[in-house]
Amino acid sequence: MADDMTPLPTVVSAEADVALVTETKVRKFNINFGPQHPAAHGVLRLVLELDGEVVERVDPHIGLLHRGTEKLIEARTYLQNTPYFDRLDYVAPMNQEHAFVLAIEKMLGLEVPKRAQLIRVLFSEIGRILSHLLNVTTQAMDVGALTPPLWGFEQREKLMVFYERACGARLHANYFRPGGVHQDLPEALIADIDAWCVAFPNYMRDMDDLITGNRIFKQRNVDIGVVTRQEALDWGFSGVMVRGSGIAWDLRRNQPYECYDEMEFDIPLGKNGDCYDRYLCRMEEMRQSVRIMRQCVAKLAQTPGPVMTEDYKVVPPRRADMKRSMEALIHHFKLYTEGFHVPAGEVYACVEAPKGEFGVFLVADGSNKPYRCKIRAPGFHHLQSMDWMNRGHMLADVSAILGSLDIVFGEVDR
Amino acid sequence: MSIVTKERLAALAEQITAKAAWAVTGSSIAFGELNIEARADQIVPLLTLLKDDADFQFQQLIELCGVDYPERPLRFDVVYLLLSLTKNLRLRIKVQTDEDTAVPSVTGVYPNADWCERETFDMYGVFFSGHPDLRRILTDYGFHGHPLRKDFPMTGYVEVRYDDSLKRVVYEPVKITEYRAFDFLSPWEGAQYALPGDEKAKV
Repeated sequence: MADDMTPLPTVVSAEADVALVTETKVRKFNINFGPQHPAAHGVLRLVLELDGEVVERVDPHIGLLHRGTEKLIEARTYLQNTPYFDRLDYVAPMNQEHAFVLAIEKMLGLEVPKRAQLIRVLFSEIGRILSHLLNVTTQAMDVGALTPPLWGFEQREKLMVFYERACGARLHANYFRPGGVHQDLPEALIADIDAWCVAFPNYMRDMDDLITGNRIFKQRNVDIGVVTRQEALDWGFSGVMVRGSGIAWDLRRNQPYECYDEMEFDIPLGKNGDCYDRYLCRMEEMRQSVRIMRQCVAKLAQTPGPVMTEDYKVVPPRRADMKRSMEALIHHFKLYTEGFHVPAGEVYACVEAPKGEFGVFLVADGSNKPYRCKIRAPGFHHLQSMDWMNRGHMLADVSAILGSLDIVFGEVDR
Repeated sequence: MSIVTKERLAALAEQITAKAAWAVTGSSIAFGELNIEARADQIVPLLTLLKDDADFQFQQLIELCGVDYPERPLRFDVVYLLLSLTKNLRLRIKVQTDEDTAVPSVTGVYPNADWCERETFDMYGVFFSGHPDLRRILTDYGFHGHPLRKDFPMTGYVEVRYDDSLKRVVYEPVKITEYRAFDFLSPWEGAQYALPGDEKAKV
């Protein structure tokens, strides 16, 4: 058009305009998504290959938060290792500890007292709500809503106070120990948890009003990132990622541990396997968690008793005993220096963590330290499907899909 | 589904041994879990059988990882953890390999083995033949060595810091000379050394 030196006609017809537009080849280009992108949920670097705005290939680069947890675990005693599990999926710390102590208990053949089981289930469900609250609200933020995270964090704050009142730490609890839990819960705390359980459904209703029916939220999530049943199985998905695709699989129900077989709860399933279904599953799971928590609270009132096994070769004695009993003092000294020995062998123990199946594959050589501890993080398996899930989607959908995968880098990078 | 009993696992072990005698070298049941030891070169047909056969239906690869036993001639175990959702069973398969021999990649059977094999390669230096993209995954760009090997020091070899004069991150040899590993093992049970002074007992 620039070569055309003739003066422009005063009236340009529509047809002439169309003829002048020539087809141009758009160059494919690569962009980095993260590691400092707010929607990258931590330190994820995605190398995206784009054709215009359509994603052609995704190459996630992980490991920016790699701390060598598995190597560190091999050099520490079993009791020193539980805090490392808080730092994996740091939005639901106790759920990870749970898998590790279950593995140790399986090897030692330890019986956990009833009250300790109830406390564990109670705090596992608190962890589930903590994690889902963060995920659901930040997923809304990833697609443009700012209010949900602010509301969600208020509830998370209350739950973290429960953590703090139980074990002294808001985040890195180190509360579940082989043989039970570290300390019993005060009565007032159980009452406050119950009161919170009564109030929480109101918050869930507000959240429903805010997000579930929201037009923009639906536009951004419905039919985005569809996972079929076969794909969910092939790619090693677990947790909400399989349930969102309609597979009825929940370790709490299918392979019950602790006292989950005594609890009444429903397992929500998705129909379409898209981001929106996964969001709905998480919302419903939170309501079901509250249901389980209320049952735990009711049962705790009727179940007095110890919260640790009495096997003093594994669990430390009470502080009061140490003031009078020589034997207790020796046990305490031995447990906090040498630690207990675990018989040689291999076990795999897993729990239904908020993000999916969190497992610990433990190889013991009979000494006081694990020989090998492989941590099975659900996020690791979910994240590697970013590539095929995103192909053909728009660039803006990447953050919606990433949000629905529920990735936390503490556990992916370990 | 029923609770997994020892009899059920024993029956499963027998079935697997019968159908895949060409791959299985041994099996054991411990802590209520079934272990199958297999030949490394037969791992792909074995897993294909376990996934597709109506008797087994192990639809998911839960985890794939390595274990290092430096004193063995074939120093690495590669462990496959399988799960059957329909039968509600778990299974563990182990193969052995060394630093040089590649294990056939199972990405064609279970696609999620992709990153697991990359991680095993990264951490142990186990090679997987036929893997589409065997790059490092968790360690730093340009990292040397395989950190989860037992002969790799806890501290590693290099440390990084931001150099304000160069305005970039620099890599330097690790300055900590030793990792403080205390020996708490009781000399009366398990420790493999003579106590100081005990050598005089024989004099």
